[in-house]
Amino acid sequence: MSAHAEATPILARHPATRLASRWRGVPGVVIGLLATIAFTTVAPTQGYILNVMMQAATYAIAVMGIVVVLGYCGQISLAQAAFFGIGAYGVALGTVDAGLPFFAAMLLGVIAAGALGLILGLTTLRLGGHYLGMVTISFQVIFTLVLTNWISLTHGPDGVPHIERPSLPGFKFLAAGNTYLGLCIATLVVITFIVWRLKMSRLGRAMQAVRDNELAASTTGIAVFRVKVIAFGLSAVLGGIGGGLFAGAFSYISPDQFRFDESIVLLTGALLGGVRSPFGALLGTVLLIVLPEMLRVLKQVYLVVYGAAVILIMVFLPDGMWGLIANRLPRRPLAAGPVPKLPLLTRTGAASDEIALEITGLAKYFGGLKALDGVDFAVRRGTVHALIGPNGSGKTTCINVMTGLYRPTAGRIALRGQDITNLPPHLRTRRGLARTFQNIRLFRGITVLENVMIGAERPGNDIAGQPAAVVERALAALDFVDLRNEAHRLVGTLPYGHQRYVEIARALAGSPDTLLLDEPAAGLNPSEKHALGLLLRRLKGHGLTILIVDHDMNLVEQVADHITVLNFGRRIADGLPRTVLDHPDVVAAYLGEPRQDAAA
Amino acid sequence: MSILLQLLFTGIGIGAIYALVSLGFVLLIRAANVVNFAQGEFSMIGAYLMVLLAIELDLPYLVALVIAVALMAGFGVLFAGATFWPLRARGQLPVIISTIGASILIENLVLILYGPSPQVLPGLFEAPGLQVGPVFMDSQYLAIIASAVLLVSLQYLVFEKTLLGKKLQATSQNQEMASLLGIPVATMVLITFAYSAALGGLAGILVAPLLFVSVGLGPLIALKAFAANIIGGYGSIPGAILGGLALGIVETLGAAYISVPYKDAFAFLMLLTFLMVRPQGLFGEKIAEKA
Repeated sequence: MSAHAEATPILARHPATRLASRWRGVPGVVIGLLATIAFTTVAPTQGYILNVMMQAATYAIAVMGIVVVLGYCGQISLAQAAFFGIGAYGVALGTVDAGLPFFAAMLLGVIAAGALGLILGLTTLRLGGHYLGMVTISFQVIFTLVLTNWISLTHGPDGVPHIERPSLPGFKFLAAGNTYLGLCIATLVVITFIVWRLKMSRLGRAMQAVRDNELAASTTGIAVFRVKVIAFGLSAVLGGIGGGLFAGAFSYISPDQFRFDESIVLLTGALLGGVRSPFGALLGTVLLIVLPEMLRVLKQVYLVVYGAAVILIMVFLPDGMWGLIANRLPRRPLAAGPVPKLPLLTRTGAASDEIALEITGLAKYFGGLKALDGVDFAVRRGTVHALIGPNGSGKTTCINVMTGLYRPTAGRIALRGQDITNLPPHLRTRRGLARTFQNIRLFRGITVLENVMIGAERPGNDIAGQPAAVVERALAALDFVDLRNEAHRLVGTLPYGHQRYVEIARALAGSPDTLLLDEPAAGLNPSEKHALGLLLRRLKGHGLTILIVDHDMNLVEQVADHITVLNFGRRIADGLPRTVLDHPDVVAAYLGEPRQDAAA
Repeated sequence: MSILLQLLFTGIGIGAIYALVSLGFVLLIRAANVVNFAQGEFSMIGAYLMVLLAIELDLPYLVALVIAVALMAGFGVLFAGATFWPLRARGQLPVIISTIGASILIENLVLILYGPSPQVLPGLFEAPGLQVGPVFMDSQYLAIIASAVLLVSLQYLVFEKTLLGKKLQATSQNQEMASLLGIPVATMVLITFAYSAALGGLAGILVAPLLFVSVGLGPLIALKAFAANIIGGYGSIPGAILGGLALGIVETLGAAYISVPYKDAFAFLMLLTFLMVRPQGLFGEKIAEKA
């Protein structure tokens, strides 16, 4: 702990804290809002152009929801028009039938949209993303059915006329077309800012991690299901806000404005502009609403064009138009500055007899295959413990059971004496277990630094929730593996060997209690393996508790204090490296049984 | 009682349609990990092709049917080339989105060609049907049930007894391994697309005389196929068939005893119920991603 306390002042001064600044983008919002007010004075008070602009602004708010759920979190929702409709009907029915003030009705509509989003999300999102797609399409269809058939509530297919804009004292000025447009645009500006800031927040990074690799997200401490539900709920809320404003804008709504087709319009807008960026989505929506309105001829066939556009965008322009622009913008280089040492020692200590991680009687059967068949071993604090064995001996299964990706058939896993056998992966990570994967699992859609930041902000880490410290810790971890200069690259563009180091840095940044390395040398060339060996020895020098699975005997011999050997899911040897490696059963397992029977 | 039997017969008939479409849907999931959101459009195009061939070109019904199904198989390959092939290396989500794009494109192209007013397609038989005890068996429903039984048996034979079937199965179980064993995986995937589209097209042709031919047919049928697939168990072939039948029966009974306007809502309610109570469906297995 003392090491960390000393490091803090250095961290706070580091220039990279710009990345974590609380005020980032605020000047932009202020300028945007001022520009909106200025624009309001020249905007039309009624007429066609006003209508197009109001439609574009309210649609764009709903599209921000798609950015969150699809762009950030990778879950496909095809019911955004339904949530938009719930918001719109909230305002319509609330003001016209219930006589509520505009903003109260809008709040109710938004709450209803969010609540329905949560219900759908909670039932669906434990499963893969395509389930949400199917369920939201169904929901969209049912929503239209209900709007058309529940006439006593919704007024049926005729729709709701005479929706009033805000008429509260103090808000009366919003009843005019130009000021109401100003309200829509101002809301859009604020929401765009929030969605943009979300992307670089802890929650936003968690969403992107879930999008890029659910399994790795769970092992970096992210509650995957909860993050998905939040993303979807948020997107429903944004749909509701857009819809509420839409109802006020047009004073008349009807069921056919919120059909599946409109969900597709919103989706196309997001994809066209670039679904991973709020600015892209903004651009795409405005183009999509304004262009067909300008080219009246397209009105007949606009959905054909949208359909074709969706395919073409997916094939040729996966990041949308904003992607084209953003990829050409220069990235501000990371300011050089002192990098603090990685405070590995906060959680480590000298080698001791204290047990860090212990498994007893651990078994995992896949049908009839006994991948693990009652394995015991204990990893002592501050040591490097190697788990070796021939192919198919159960090593990786063992790590997967230990980190919670598989449920054991029998046995017990204890971390620092606490039973973690039945905890989900992210809760094990919260208690200090970290791992890497044999086939590298990084979050490929985000930068090297962001990947490592996700590791640093794992719940339970001492600095989690302190944005500046998270950046500093991530940089320190990258520095430790000598990749600091690559911090702002997209992680997928790094060479394979470097990706391994990023994965290790991600684990280290979380100051783990115990680190599990699943075949870290797999796929590395000899010089990379050599460098890995040096890195592991440095880690060992810091006293980090490590369990390493590998085939490379050379590497294992270099670093291991203790070796456990598995074969056919059973432990066949356990002890100090030299004695274990000379053990006849181990030799036989690796090299085959000497033919003693024949000789005898 | 006789009404209930009558409804069960109708439910099984409509359920057989859902089963066929759902089967095509599941085969694509298994062969190529493609969740095809345009599956319903296959049925819709099939029905419109039949309108074109049997009514506008006045071909004999069975000839038109064979040509339409063959054209659908070709369309399946075309569909794969446009929506799946260029994106196959980029994971599941981009392909899903491009099939959504394709469904919108197809639907609205047909809308431009044929307009919104529904077309009428006559049934396979001229005879109205058979009276069996208390149940009147409509000839089109009989044709649907017979075709479904025939196709499912045929598919079983092809999958289990022929080399092509084994190759298709191998591809759906493990593409990489199949490829290493010298199975032309790309061809197998294209065959699956062709078969899936033909199956969907045939289902559309069979159901069209009962429902009219309109562009709304596509999404309507696709929704039922999704629901059938989740009820039966995601990616399960017997699940797709039984899920489709169960859905057809529940929907028919629901429309008769509860509410006609909300007929299409029953599929959704069943879908949500299964997701909450038994997300792996009737036959699904809990599949863990391999680390």
